[in-house]
Amino acid sequence: MGNGSSGVLDHFRRGSPEAFEAAFETLFRLHQRAVYGWILRIVRNPSAAEDLTVETFWHIHQAHARFEPAHGFEGWARRIATRAALDWLRARRPESELPPDLPAPAAADPAISAEIRRKTALAFERLPAKLRIAAILAVVEELPQKDVAAALGISVTAVKLRIFRALRLLRKDLATQGITP
Amino acid sequence: MNENDRNRMKELLQKALPPMEGEPERDLWPAMLRRLDASSAAPRIINRTWLDWALLAGLVAYAALFPASIPVFLYYL
Repeated sequence: MGNGSSGVLDHFRRGSPEAFEAAFETLFRLHQRAVYGWILRIVRNPSAAEDLTVETFWHIHQAHARFEPAHGFEGWARRIATRAALDWLRARRPESELPPDLPAPAAADPAISAEIRRKTALAFERLPAKLRIAAILAVVEELPQKDVAAALGISVTAVKLRIFRALRLLRKDLATQGITP
Repeated sequence: MNENDRNRMKELLQKALPPMEGEPERDLWPAMLRRLDASSAAPRIINRTWLDWALLAGLVAYAALFPASIPVFLYYL
């Protein structure tokens, strides 16, 4: 996510109503792909990612007076997007089957059968949302833990702890199904 | 769970959930305009505030009656 120009950000924060709306549209067009991509990584559902992108920018629109230009637009937008995605994960019940548009791994590992991958994905959906989101971003997407911490508004230590708990719970769940990684 | 277990779980998770990348298939600006119109047409501040306070009051009452539930609430926060 790149930063908008300072003039646009100033108008966004405290411009006249006309200047604010123009700045908001500029920021939306500048950042919608990046925000969508970030949300998609978390929710893994293109349709939901589109809805949540709009919802994120709606919150941004409502909260513009609290925006601090010194801290940058991208980090602020990412935190709001992460909260929206987390709420979506919390509201969604674990599915008994995976969505049909779940991408296949780029190179299937013959040592790990499709059935084990499917059960792992389902077990992962049963984890608490706050553990899932940390594990998706830091383990699956392999993002730096400090970026994950900033997006979640928690410390790096808390991110490590959530990843640890997520992996431990996932291992327990799989063990009850007779799967020992 | 030792370091090897963690590494195996990470590997399994990466195999089960490959990274996702993508861009929106359409321009989302029209949907954004609809969302802004809908929010300006339906002010819900009073109702929402009332609901928030009611939920908070219920939560506090529940925690007072069943203190053992507080760690469970904290876990899910």
